[in-house]
Amino acid sequence: MTRKPLILRNPSILIVLAVLAGFTLTVTLLSQAYGSGVIPTSMVKVLGKTLCLALAAVAMDLVWGYLGILSLGQMAFFALGGYMIGQWLMYARTEAIVAASMAQNPIPPTPAELQTGVANQIFGVVGSSDLPLVWSFAHSLPIQLALVVLVPGVLALVFGWLAFRSRVNGVYLSILTQAMTLALALWLFQNDSGFRGNNGLSGLQNIPGLEGVGQARLSVWFLWASALALGLAYLLAAWVISGKFGSVVRAIRDDETRVRFLGYPVEGFKLAVFTLAAMMTAIAGALYYPQAGIINPAELAPIASIYLAVWVAIGGRGRLYGAIIGAVVVSLLSSWFTGGRAPAIELPFYSVNWVDWWQVLLGVAFVLVTLFAPRGIAGIVDWLGGVMPPRRHGRDLGPDQGALQEQEAKA
Amino acid sequence: MTHATRPLIAALVAFLLLIPALPARANDALRAVVAQNMDQIEKPSRRTVGPLIDQIAATGAEGVALLGAWADRRLGLSTDGRVLIVDGDNVTDAVTGAPVPGADPKMLRPNSGVRGVIESALVASQISDPDPAIRSAALDSIARSGTADHLAALTATAADPDPTLQARRDRLRTLLTIQHDDDSATRIAAIESLGGDVGLDFRAVLNPLLSMRQIAATAPPEGANIARELSPGDDALSRDAAYDLLKAQGIAQPRLTADAQRDALAAHIADGTVGGIPVADLSDPAARDSAYKALEAAGQVTPAATEAEAQAAIDAHRFYEVYAEPDSAVTDAATAAQRSAQTRLLAMRGVDLGLDALSLASIYFLAAIGLAITFGVMGVINMAHGEFIMMGAYTGYVVQGLISDRTLSLIVALPAAFAVTFIAGVALYRLVIRHLAKRPLETLLATFGVSIALQQLAKNIFGTQARPLTAPGWLEGAITVNDVISISTIRVAIFVLAVLFLGLFLFIMKRTRLGLEVRAVTQNPGMAASMGINPDRIAMMTFGLGSGIAGIAGVAIGLFAQVTSELGQQYIVQSFMTVVVGGVGNIWGTLAGAGLIGVLSKVIESFNPSNTLAAQTFMILFIVIFIQFRPRGIIPQRGRAAEA
Repeated sequence: MTRKPLILRNPSILIVLAVLAGFTLTVTLLSQAYGSGVIPTSMVKVLGKTLCLALAAVAMDLVWGYLGILSLGQMAFFALGGYMIGQWLMYARTEAIVAASMAQNPIPPTPAELQTGVANQIFGVVGSSDLPLVWSFAHSLPIQLALVVLVPGVLALVFGWLAFRSRVNGVYLSILTQAMTLALALWLFQNDSGFRGNNGLSGLQNIPGLEGVGQARLSVWFLWASALALGLAYLLAAWVISGKFGSVVRAIRDDETRVRFLGYPVEGFKLAVFTLAAMMTAIAGALYYPQAGIINPAELAPIASIYLAVWVAIGGRGRLYGAIIGAVVVSLLSSWFTGGRAPAIELPFYSVNWVDWWQVLLGVAFVLVTLFAPRGIAGIVDWLGGVMPPRRHGRDLGPDQGALQEQEAKA
Repeated sequence: MTHATRPLIAALVAFLLLIPALPARANDALRAVVAQNMDQIEKPSRRTVGPLIDQIAATGAEGVALLGAWADRRLGLSTDGRVLIVDGDNVTDAVTGAPVPGADPKMLRPNSGVRGVIESALVASQISDPDPAIRSAALDSIARSGTADHLAALTATAADPDPTLQARRDRLRTLLTIQHDDDSATRIAAIESLGGDVGLDFRAVLNPLLSMRQIAATAPPEGANIARELSPGDDALSRDAAYDLLKAQGIAQPRLTADAQRDALAAHIADGTVGGIPVADLSDPAARDSAYKALEAAGQVTPAATEAEAQAAIDAHRFYEVYAEPDSAVTDAATAAQRSAQTRLLAMRGVDLGLDALSLASIYFLAAIGLAITFGVMGVINMAHGEFIMMGAYTGYVVQGLISDRTLSLIVALPAAFAVTFIAGVALYRLVIRHLAKRPLETLLATFGVSIALQQLAKNIFGTQARPLTAPGWLEGAITVNDVISISTIRVAIFVLAVLFLGLFLFIMKRTRLGLEVRAVTQNPGMAASMGINPDRIAMMTFGLGSGIAGIAGVAIGLFAQVTSELGQQYIVQSFMTVVVGGVGNIWGTLAGAGLIGVLSKVIESFNPSNTLAAQTFMILFIVIFIQFRPRGIIPQRGRAAEA
């Protein structure tokens, strides 16, 4: 029997790609650089960043919604990706500036002098003038691009191997991933770790070699890149979770022990998906931070990773498009509410200022979604399509006593 | 107040204001001594001034004041032959104490020898003063800046009637003997008598004795107290440092630095070339060297020391570390004393570290115990636990606003915090957690939603600035054993609180019906339910109990940390670590986890005290690795519940 192509089996892929293409085209045509200028450049950047967050959310959904690991450390990979690309951006740009200023000297600088000048410029703020070992490849774009996926990939591989091997799972694993993120953040916060401590890397919005392009056009280019990355990642993720591999992954989520007893190498599957998701997140970070312009260790705060989980949960986990919907809706709403543009609600005795109350609303909404709509926003799609869990009138779902009851499985 | 008393008070005030203006009682004895010895006062000699000073000191307070001013070079002679004390713009007659306005005295400048004699006489009079406060102040002043003259005075004066002051004086005399005595045998005896002492004052005396400097010479220096010979290139003296030493002693030529070379080349650019090499090629270090050689050959720049010359200069010299103190017997004794002091110091630092670790562990224990029992009973992690800690701290703050007496407010705050967080915990359980039974990950996330809502709510109510939660007076300060070992009283109190809760908890778990039922539900909820226990009610009670203890922990933490809406956040991750490391089997697991994490953070921190961030990083890494060996914690949960 020949199988239908991936796209036909998952019509949602086509819809998502079409919406993404339409969105990108619309923003381009309304941007200042290539169209009518209705959308200001700062808004284009916000939208581009939102696409990157959506990409990170897709990876999160892969790990949590399909593999069942509530990883509270995804932002570590996100920020690592940003740091890796940030190293090149900062080094190359500083090198250009230092070379220009040294060209004024009567004697042309030696390579060693040039490097000392660059190191002084970058690390002066943390009281150092040597280029740390971790910056050895900062001069080379191809190597740093490779490191964008390699460093988070290796970290995920090592951490995942250690954790999965010792059968740490469930809540323990969540706490452990959070600890890993915190450890990385604390390490980056040190001045002598080589990443400029809490100053972080800055000036990332200026792309070396593209100084003449201007932020208006650059922001649209980054929007395209982010949209392309999101589209490709969505395809990849959809392909991974379809077919036999995907079935095993979902089976691990539902009952890990049983899959192990059936003879599948559970650790290998988990490690593969975890590492893949880490790399996807890192790419999202590498595209995000040049648009944000600055990265510092505060980005790795444990709360950031939890927000990622919140987006996926509100969007609907176990549905890749749910992750995108959640990330886009919640992060845009969040920036609207906290940006001070939301009108305050005037009560007779109190004025509800959304800058102060948005977090409360988000927290409560999140609890309500978890309690009453575990499928999230994507649940609406299921409801429209008439997808309902089969009615079994309260019986077990499986043959033995340990199987989930229908009521439990609905969640 | 009646009208009659008002003039009386006015008169009293006027009298009080006048007092400083009244002339002090004239001192006839002093007047006589000064009049007889005017020429000695004007031109004192170190050898003969002694008896005069004793005479002046014997005349009483005015005489002592005169001596003090004399030693400070604040004494002057007026044109009409009176002795005046000059204190900034105020000039007073030394004998009568009366102010002398508009005087232009000739200032006396006794030499340092005479001043030394005066000062030791002053000290002698002060340390034999009948007032213990003055004696104590004199000892303080000697301890700050002791001299050889003080030593003589200390030795000569009769014993102090107060044993504590006498002990201080003996110690001071020993310290001054080490510094100033002429006889090396006496000094060594003094050093040895304090052997193993870890007082800051003793260490401050030893350090200058053992201060060293490095010298370069062709032969061992005559008469110098050599600590050791250095060989250039090893850890103590790098080759560059050795060459710098030669340079500093004027023995060797400076080497050519890259910057100097560049500047020299830049100064000799001619027609776009330097020494025949085009300027554009000078980005290569080798090209710069050959250009400089060309300039050297042309005689345009001074020849710089080459590598070979530098090596020859270093080889020609020997390098020594020399003590500033010339007597080798004294430095040997000092080295031995310092070594034994350091050994004891290390042991005491260990004790101090242990105390710190214990107090940190008790904080983690208080913060984590609630988390551990809810996790043990229900298998859920309550992310809002940190916010319950914060809630407890804010309860303490509010109670303090209502009750001004700090001790009473603390006594009220502890049960109030327990009540508030108990109710919050029960509400959280009934509204949220109960409906998410058997879905631990979703419980984790839902409680996280509660956590961010509560945090923002606290920000909206109490503002973002830190709120003080002040400890009562008897909890302030520290218990100090010696210069090294000390612990703040609040931390001791928190330790006591933690022990109390450990006891209370053990009592509830082992001796009450509730504890029995909790243990039953923890081990096997299904079986417990069949035995007539209502697991739902037990879960609710444990949740309330755990949250209540978090509230109490909040009050305790608030006493030494700032109360902000992020207070809970700072402790929640450590609490998680405590639970993960300790395991959820029983309370001893939590205790072990808290102890391990407390000790570990302090020990790692002590390796590099300036970098607490690195300490935390390493601690978390350690925990990740620890989990490899004990995935379920130090004391894992046993029974059926552990398999789920």
